[in-house]
Amino acid sequence: MDTESTYSGYSHYSGRSRGSHRHGERSRDRHKSRSKDSRSEKSVTINTPPAEPLLGDSSVRGEQVQDDNWGETTTAVTGTSEHSLSQEDIVRITKDLEDSVGLDCRRYVTRTIAVILGLLVFLTPLAFLVLPHILWPEKLQSCGTACEGLYISVAFKLLILLLAVWALFFRPARAGLPRVFVFRVLLAVLVFLFVVSYWLFYSVRILDSQDDNYQGIVQYAVSLVDALLFIHYLAVVLLELRQLQPCFSVCVTRSSDGETRHYNLGQLSIQRAALAIIEHYYCDFPIHNPALLSASKSRAAKHLAGLKVYNVDGPGNNAAAGMAQSQSRAMIAAAARRRDTSHNELYYEEAEHERRVRKRRARLVVAVEEAFTHIKRMQEEEPKKAPGDVMDPREAAQAIFPSMARALQKYLRTTKQQHCHSMESIQQHLAFCITNNMTPKAFLESYLTPGPTLQYGKDHWLGRRWTLISEASVTNGLKDGSVFVLKCVDFSLVVTAKKIPYIQMSEEYIDPKSHKFVLRLQSETSV
Amino acid sequence: LPAQDQPAGKPVTAVVQKIEIQKLRQGDNLILGFSIGGGIDQDPGQNPFSEDKSDKGIYVTRITPGGPAEVADLRVGDKIMQVNGWDMTVVTHDQARKKLTKKKEEVVRLLITRKSLEEAVKHSKGCHPRQ
Repeated sequence: MDTESTYSGYSHYSGRSRGSHRHGERSRDRHKSRSKDSRSEKSVTINTPPAEPLLGDSSVRGEQVQDDNWGETTTAVTGTSEHSLSQEDIVRITKDLEDSVGLDCRRYVTRTIAVILGLLVFLTPLAFLVLPHILWPEKLQSCGTACEGLYISVAFKLLILLLAVWALFFRPARAGLPRVFVFRVLLAVLVFLFVVSYWLFYSVRILDSQDDNYQGIVQYAVSLVDALLFIHYLAVVLLELRQLQPCFSVCVTRSSDGETRHYNLGQLSIQRAALAIIEHYYCDFPIHNPALLSASKSRAAKHLAGLKVYNVDGPGNNAAAGMAQSQSRAMIAAAARRRDTSHNELYYEEAEHERRVRKRRARLVVAVEEAFTHIKRMQEEEPKKAPGDVMDPREAAQAIFPSMARALQKYLRTTKQQHCHSMESIQQHLAFCITNNMTPKAFLESYLTPGPTLQYGKDHWLGRRWTLISEASVTNGLKDGSVFVLKCVDFSLVVTAKKIPYIQMSEEYIDPKSHKFVLRLQSETSV
Repeated sequence: LPAQDQPAGKPVTAVVQKIEIQKLRQGDNLILGFSIGGGIDQDPGQNPFSEDKSDKGIYVTRITPGGPAEVADLRVGDKIMQVNGWDMTVVTHDQARKKLTKKKEEVVRLLITRKSLEEAVKHSKGCHPRQ
């Protein structure tokens, strides 16, 4: 697993929508996907750099639609994955070097384009207003009251536009996605064409003819700003609102231990949906613990190991086929015989393990409760004790830690979690609990049940690098029955999407007076 | 539903038996020695004796041992069709009670039907072809 520190803080990722483009990582994707090209599936990489806030310094100037990420439009937009095979090893060794170079190039290109477009958009109305004064000041009608009122309108609308663009597009990038964000590209193109067409009209009708109706020019500038605000509204709807309504129910299963969750997603492209799922994964799925899988692996190994297959037919036989056939038959036969004992072993082993875990847990709980009684929060009204006696939380934690350390370690070993928690992290957690007046039970909660991946230290976030394996193009939208796989170093997440059905609801009116009841009589009278 | 809103009774064909019961005087009352259930204002589904669970007729639900009804060979489960000429197939429970407990009458003549009657008729018809 590579530590992709060079990719941090890039990809502006605002909103989810169809198609997505994560720039910087594309060169990396190219290499990776080239190497995987032997399969018919397309394989692209999603990288999730840690969320550093975007250094918005360079982009604070009024950028209309862009942030720095959509340089993909300038480089090859499609088909990066369908290339010839290349040596995986060589690619991996040189990947970082090439990636960082390619990444920087692309980053700068996208940034430059974004800045240019932003400046163009922001300065155009101002240019429209100022140019007549510069070019034909003597012919120009003076600006009356209504016209000056329009100045204020232009100013405030530009301010609102600036704030809106900042709110929508200037958010820290969450991820690097393999393909272009289609909607953003469309919006950028739309804005560009729009501004260009306004300029065309302006230059032909106003500059050439040196129109002297200044109020008309100001109104023209105001209409431009209005239209830009509407384009921003379009951007909000396309990028943010469209995927809010849940449309699909996706079932996510972890391949290593079968942990399954279901989520509701809106209309997203496959790569955006994959990103959403990965983010949910970090928050919801209990941490992947390879030590827990060793039991089943050893059982499987035992099945195979106990069999020795001899090829009695001699070398004249078609060795490979004969060997395979005889092996498989022998294995099945042996497995049938073995079935009697292995499930028995499993049952007793599991019962024994359960008992052991409960015993250790009981000892642990008692030890921790006792340890917590050794310290007490010092009240302000108490007479000040000697400085040696007064401890800060870290020291208090260190003081009571030894009495519970052994029990805790034994418990972690029994439940095979010992690699998830270092001593340092346990002491930190203990200090944290002491500071916040937590009970021993609250302190133990994070050790008794495996928590979501984010709870553990950064080195446990296995695979900040994920690979999306999909038969359909990843910029296609999710469809009913879409299946894709998110592969990580140790395991993979298999995702199936199902469409939420169309619901036909009808109405039935009940008159409140229609609620009537009768007694069910069954009298018996003697005569 | 009140009696006047009940749907009209359907025509009924049944094999009936005449039973004459002499009322027994007990103190101030004249008793017949059986209990009735059913009626158009009752719930026919809870009648254990009727074959058709929508039958709202009057049925004999209990016979006092040794009472006049038992003496007259009235049986539990009999459906009373007429009492002294008064129809009992479409009456309320209370109307039926009143018809049976008229203080001025000392004898009640009932027309009752029971399943075994039908079968006996069928059997006799089958065994003895018409002559």
